[in-house]
Amino acid sequence: MADELKDIVLKYVIAEYLEEGSDPITFDTPLISGGIVDSFSMVSLKRFLENKYKISIPDDQATPEAFDSVDKIAVLVRRFTQA
Amino acid sequence: MSYSEKTRAMYQGVLQGLMDAGLLKQERYIHSPQAADIEVEFPSGSSLKKVINMCANNYLGLSSHPEVIKAAHAGLDSRGYGMSSVRFICGTQDIHRELEHIVTKFLGTEDTILFPSCMDANAGVFEAILTKDDVMISDRLVHASLIDGIRLCSAMQDTFKHSDMAHLEQKLAMHQDRRLRLVITDGVFSMDGDTAKLDEMVALCRKYDAMLLVDESHASGFIGKTGRGTHEKYGVVGEIDVITTTFGKALGGATGGCVSGRKELVDMCRQKARPYLFSNSIAPVIVEGVLKVFEILNASTERRDKLEWNAAYWRKGLQEAGFVLKEGDTPIVPVMLFNAKLAQDFSRLLYEEGVYAVGFFFPVVPQGQARLRTQLSAGHDKHHLDKALGAFVKAGQKLDILGKSRQEIIDRFGM
Repeated sequence: MADELKDIVLKYVIAEYLEEGSDPITFDTPLISGGIVDSFSMVSLKRFLENKYKISIPDDQATPEAFDSVDKIAVLVRRFTQA
Repeated sequence: MSYSEKTRAMYQGVLQGLMDAGLLKQERYIHSPQAADIEVEFPSGSSLKKVINMCANNYLGLSSHPEVIKAAHAGLDSRGYGMSSVRFICGTQDIHRELEHIVTKFLGTEDTILFPSCMDANAGVFEAILTKDDVMISDRLVHASLIDGIRLCSAMQDTFKHSDMAHLEQKLAMHQDRRLRLVITDGVFSMDGDTAKLDEMVALCRKYDAMLLVDESHASGFIGKTGRGTHEKYGVVGEIDVITTTFGKALGGATGGCVSGRKELVDMCRQKARPYLFSNSIAPVIVEGVLKVFEILNASTERRDKLEWNAAYWRKGLQEAGFVLKEGDTPIVPVMLFNAKLAQDFSRLLYEEGVYAVGFFFPVVPQGQARLRTQLSAGHDKHHLDKALGAFVKAGQKLDILGKSRQEIIDRFGM
C-alpha cells in the first residue's frame, strides 16, 4: 500500500529545501545530519506538519534526530495523529 | 594544571584533520599599508613580494587615504587613544554621537547606534528588538554574523530560498499569527556579489506587515548612484526598517559598525543590545577617521564612479578571456572554479604572477562551488587591472580552463 503521509512529506521537503540540480532524496535520506535541512529551516517543516495534520508537536520532541528523515518524521506525526 | 597531554593531543588531531583536508586557514603577512599594491611575506619567512591585491574589501581605496590618516592623527591628539569604558558609563564622546548623526543622514534613516563591529551589531540587534512571540525569516545565503545573531535570539527562526520572492511570500503568509515578522537579508551577498531585490522585499513586507533588516556591509559607500547602498539602487531609501553596516570595508576599512533605522529600534538597541552594553566604545582615532571618510563621500561620487568603471572593465575582461563568472554588477566578481584544489592551484599560480586573490571553498561556499572571489577597488588603476587580467589568462591557460563550461571543468577536475 502506498504511504500517503510519507509521499506528502517527501514532496514538501523536495519543494522546500532542495535547490535545482540537487541529488534526488528518498524516504530514508538523512535530512538534518546530511546537511539538506538546517536547524533554522526545520521550523517551517514543523509548522507545515502541524497545520496539515492538525497536531501540535512539543518543542522538546521536535528534535533534529526526530526530523532526520521522511521515515522518522512519519513516525513522529503518527504518534500525534493517533494519540 | 588541567591542560593534559591527552587534551593537547585531541586538539592537535582536530587541527591535523583540517590540514589533511586542505581546509587549514593560513595568514599571509603584509608589510605595507592596505592598498592596490602590497608587499607580502608568504610563506612565512620568505622574502617580500610585491603583488596586486584583488581580494580586499577596500572598495573605495580609502583604507590608507592620506586625508583619512591625517584626520585619525588629529583625533588621536585631540581625543586620546582609548575610552576605557562602554558607551553608557563614560565612553561616549561628542564625536561618537556626531558620527551617529552623519551615518543617519547618509543612509536616510531615523537614527543610528555605533557598535564595535558589524559582527557585534548583527549579534546584538535581534535579541534587542524581538521576543519569542516573533519570527525571523532570513535569506538562506545571509552572512555568518547574521546567522550567529539569529541563533542568539529567542524568536522563531525560518528561512527562504535565496532571493526567491515567491518563497518569501509563502513564509510571510504562513507566519501571520506571530506578533512581529522580521525579514533578514544581505544587501550585497558577499560570496556571490548579487544584490537583494529590495524593492520587491519592501512591497512584500508592507503587504504582510513585516519589518525588513538589511546588512549593507558590502554596499555602504558605493552601491547606488551616490553610494548610499542597495536601498538607493532599488529606490527604497527611507523604507528599510533596520540597516546594519560596517566601517571595516569601504568606509575606511578599520573597525566599527552600526545599526541604523527606525528610531524606536535603535533606542531598543541602546537599552538591550549586549555587544553595545558590554564592549568598549569605538576608539576616538577611528571615529575621526570615519568622519573624514563621510566628508570625502559627501563631497563627491568620484571614487564610487571609478569603482563602478573598474568593476565593469574587470568583469568584461574576464568574460572575454573565457572564465565562468557569477552574474552580477557589483565590485565582487567571483571566478567559478568549482573544485577546491583547482581554486587553490589557481590562487598559487596567480601569486607567482604577482596577483593576490584567495580561493574560497566548502564550508565557506557550498560543496562544488569553489571559486576565487575577486574584489575591485577605486584604488586600482587600469594598469593594475590589465596586469591582473594578464596573470589570470596565463594561469587559466596553464590549467586549460579558458572557454570551458561549468560541466567541462567539473568533468575534468571533479566537484
